[in-house]
Amino acid sequence: MRIEKNAMAGTLESSDALVTVEPGEGSVELEISSSVMNQYGRQIRATVLATLDRLGVTGGRVTVVDKGALDCTLKARVECAVLRSCGKSDAGIPWGGVIR
Amino acid sequence: MIKRPKPERFRLRRTMMFMNAQKPGLIKDAYIYGCDSIMLDLEDAVAENQKDAARFSLYHALTTIDYGSTEVIVRINGLDTPHWQEDIRVCVAGGADGIRIAKCESANDVKTVEAAVEAAEKEFGVEVGRTLLMAALESPKGILHAYEICCASERLFGVAISGGDFRKCMQTKFDPSGIDMLAARGQMLLAARAAGVQCFDTVFTDLDDEAGFEAEVRQNKAMGFDGKSLINPKQIRLVHELFAPTEKEVAQAEAIVRAYREQSAAGVGVFTVNGKMIDIAFIPGAERTLRLAKACGMYEGELV
Amino acid sequence: MKNAVGREIPDFLLEGGKEVYQGKNYMDGRYVQKAAPRTRIYERPKESKIVETIADALRQCGARDGMTFSFHHHLRNGDFVVNMVMKAAIEELGLKELTIAATSLGEAHDPIADYIEAGKVVGIQTSGIRGRMGQVVSEGKLKTPAIIRSHGGRPRAIEAGEVHIDIAFVAAPTSDCVGNSRGIGGKSNCGSLGYAMTDAKYADHVVVITDCLVDFPNMPASVEAIDVDAVVVVDSIGNPKKIASAAARISQNPRDLMMAENVAKVIASTPYFKEGFSFQTGVGGPSLAANLFLEKYMDERGIKMGWAIGGICGPMVELLKKGKVGKVIDVQDFDLDAVNSINQTPGHYEMSASQYANPANKGAFVNKLDFVVLAALEIDTGFNVNVLTGSDGVLRGAPGGHPDTAAGSKVCIIVTPLIRGRMATVCEKVVTVTTPGDCVDVLVTDYGIAVNPLRPDLIKCLDDAGIPHVTIESLKEKAYSIVGRPDDVQFEDKVVAVLEARDGTILDVVRQIKPYTFED
Repeated sequence: MRIEKNAMAGTLESSDALVTVEPGEGSVELEISSSVMNQYGRQIRATVLATLDRLGVTGGRVTVVDKGALDCTLKARVECAVLRSCGKSDAGIPWGGVIR
Repeated sequence: MIKRPKPERFRLRRTMMFMNAQKPGLIKDAYIYGCDSIMLDLEDAVAENQKDAARFSLYHALTTIDYGSTEVIVRINGLDTPHWQEDIRVCVAGGADGIRIAKCESANDVKTVEAAVEAAEKEFGVEVGRTLLMAALESPKGILHAYEICCASERLFGVAISGGDFRKCMQTKFDPSGIDMLAARGQMLLAARAAGVQCFDTVFTDLDDEAGFEAEVRQNKAMGFDGKSLINPKQIRLVHELFAPTEKEVAQAEAIVRAYREQSAAGVGVFTVNGKMIDIAFIPGAERTLRLAKACGMYEGELV
Repeated sequence: MKNAVGREIPDFLLEGGKEVYQGKNYMDGRYVQKAAPRTRIYERPKESKIVETIADALRQCGARDGMTFSFHHHLRNGDFVVNMVMKAAIEELGLKELTIAATSLGEAHDPIADYIEAGKVVGIQTSGIRGRMGQVVSEGKLKTPAIIRSHGGRPRAIEAGEVHIDIAFVAAPTSDCVGNSRGIGGKSNCGSLGYAMTDAKYADHVVVITDCLVDFPNMPASVEAIDVDAVVVVDSIGNPKKIASAAARISQNPRDLMMAENVAKVIASTPYFKEGFSFQTGVGGPSLAANLFLEKYMDERGIKMGWAIGGICGPMVELLKKGKVGKVIDVQDFDLDAVNSINQTPGHYEMSASQYANPANKGAFVNKLDFVVLAALEIDTGFNVNVLTGSDGVLRGAPGGHPDTAAGSKVCIIVTPLIRGRMATVCEKVVTVTTPGDCVDVLVTDYGIAVNPLRPDLIKCLDDAGIPHVTIESLKEKAYSIVGRPDDVQFEDKVVAVLEARDGTILDVVRQIKPYTFED
C-alpha cells in the first residue's frame, strides 16, 4: 500500500496514540514520541514498523505521538491512518489478512 | 490471537455494559467489573467520521484481549447507514460472540443481517452459525413486530428495548413509575417468552439517582426481564443482587434437578419433590435458577 | 554492598559509618545521642521580634555560605516561602553553597531549579521532589546527592544530628509579634503545622514568616515564641487555592470503587478490625474511597474506629463528626474541611512529625496503627514499593509517611491499579525502593489481591473470609501480558539521590538519567 495523501488516526488521550502519515519515497521515516519511551520505545518502534511492513508501506513519513497505548491500539491507529491515506478505510478491509 | 469459545445462545445475561469501541482505555479490560456481557458500541458512541477507526480498534481488541468468560457483543450501526456491512465483517472476523442489531423493525431486518453475517462467516472461515444476534427494538413499529423479530433467526438469543429512541417516537419522557414504557415492555416480554428468547431492558442514564435505578431494576425483575443494559460499571452490582434468586428458590431448584436426573436415569418421567408434581417441563427453569445462583455465588454444586 | 532489599549501595556512601538497610526494626533498642541546637539568649525583654524583610532576618541570624535552611510543606503547592527565602539569601545576600532541608518540595518550587543549576544550592534533603527540581537533580546538576527521607526519618535524622539546621523557616498562617505561630486563621489557613515543630526545636535559629499578624499571645501555638528569633510579615505566604483543595471528594471512578471495596473487605477479614481499631489512609482515589466501604463494615459489625491519623481530609472529619471515630490526630490537612476542623471539632488534634512517625522516639503514633492504606507508583514481586521515581527514572514523588506507616502498622495495604496506561504498576523490580517489601502486607489491584508470604496469618484471614487472592507473581505476569515486558530504564553511574530508610540506613540510590536512544 502507498501513502497517497496526508492522513491521521487516533487521539492524544491517555492510552491512545495519534498517528500521522505523509507521502514520501524511498524509505519510511519514523518519528516516535512517547510518555513511556524509556521502557517501551523499542517495542513501540518494532510494532509500528511491523505494521507498516504488513501493509506494504515502503516510503513516507510516519509520526507517532504515543500516550501509553497498548500494541493493539498502536496497530489499529497505524492501519487506520495508512488506509485513510489511500481512501480505503471504510469498506472491504482485509481483516485477518494484512490487518492482523 | 485470542480464540473465544463458541458462544452459547442461552446463557446468563443479567448485565450488558455499553462501552465505546473507540476508547482504548475503556475496552482494554472492561471484563474486570464482572458484568455478564460487554456491549462494544460502534453506533451512537462513535462519531460519524470515526466509524472506520473504531473498527480497527475493535478488531484488535477482539483478537488481542482475553475477555475470559465475559460475553462480547458488538452494537453495529443501523441498516439505514452506510456502515453496517463493514461492521458485520469486522465483528465476524474478530470473533465477536454476538451482534446487536440497532433500530430493528422487522423480521426482514434480522434476516438481512443474518445473511450478511453468514456471508462474513464464510469469507473469514468462521463456523457458520457461530455468531449470535440480538435485536434492539427502538420504535413502536419494532415493538409491534416483536414476535416476528423474536422468531426470525436461530441465531437470535433475545431482544432489548432501547428507551431513548422509543420515548422520542412515543413523545413521552422518562417516568419513574415506568408507565411511559409499560405497554412496550410488556409487549416485548410477551413476544420474547412466546418465541422462547431472552428479553432485556433499556439503560438507566441518571447515575446519581440510585433509588430510581433500584426501583427500575426491581420492576424489571418483577416483569420478567432476563437482564438490563448498563452504562456504568457501578450499576452492575445492584442488578446482580436484585436478580439473584432467594435461598428457598435455589434449594427447590436443586432438589428438582437432582430428583429429575435420578428418576430419569431410572426411567421415571413424573415424580414429586417436596409434595409438588414435577415433570420435564420444570427442568429448564430449575436449571436456570441454579445457573443464576452459581453466578451469584449462592450455589457451588455440580448440577450446572 | 547489597542491602536487605537487594539493592547495590556504592561504598563511598558508607564512609563515615553509614550502614545499608538490614530489614525492619534493625535499630530497635540502640541508644542515640540527641543533638541540641546552639541557640541565642534573649534575656533582655523585647516588645517585638518583627523585622522588616527576610534579608534582615537572615542577617540577624548570621546567615552565611554553606548553611542549611529548613522548610515545611503545609502550604503544599501554594507555598511562596521557600522561593522568597532562597531569593533573598542568594540574590540579596549573595549567599552560596546552601542546602535546603525541606519536609517536602513540589512544583511550587520550580524556581529553585535555577539556583541548583547555578551552583548556589548544592544540597537538597527532602521527602518529596517534583517538577523542574526533580528534573535537574535527575540530570545530575545538584552538586551533592539529594537525600530523600520519610516523614519519620527526617525528625530522626534531625534529632540525631545528621541534619543540622542553621535556620528554620516557619510559614505561619498566623503569628504574633514574637513568633507564636499557628496554622489556623488568616488568609493562608493550612490547619496543622506538625512538620514545622521538630525543625523549630532543633534549629539554631528560627524565622517565622507570616501574612497575618495577630495579637499576642497566639494560642495554642504550634511553633512557640521561645524558639523564634525573628518574625517577618509579608503580603502573602502562599496561594490559598493551592494550599487546601476544596473538599476532597470520594472518587466515583468505578475502578477505584471496586478496589476500595476490596480493601475494606480485607480489613474486615482480620482480627484487628474490632472496636477501637486505628486507621490511616492516603488521599488518592481508591485509598480515600476505602473510607466509604469501611464505614459500611463498621456499621454492620456495630463497631467504631478508635482513632485515625495522617494527612487528613474531609471524609475522615465527617466520620469524626458522626461519632464513628474517636479521635483524629494529624500532621497535615489536605482540604478545607480538615483545615476548618483541626482544633475546632472535639477530638481533632495536631501532632508533630516526630510524634507521627519517627522510628527513633519512644512512641510514635504509627507504631500503634492497625491499618494503613497506601498507594504506589510501582510495586515489585518482593512487595517493595516505589513512590519516588517515574517510569523514566526521574524524581517525581515523595515517600512521605509511606515507609513509616507501612513499618509501624499491623496491616499495610497497598492499593493500585495493575496498569496505568502502558505502565505495569506490579512489576519485576521497582525502579527505586522507597518502602521495603518486609513492611508491606497486602496488595489490592483491579485484577486481584495478593498477600505477602511473610504474613501467613493474613493469608488465613482472607481464606477464612472467602476472599480470593493470587500470588503477586501472577499479577505481574498478568500486567506484562497486557502491556508487554518493559525494558530496564537506563541510568548513568552518577548517584543523584540517596534513599534513606526511616532508621537512617541506606535503602536505595537514584542515578542520573540517560537520555533515551533507540540504539540497543
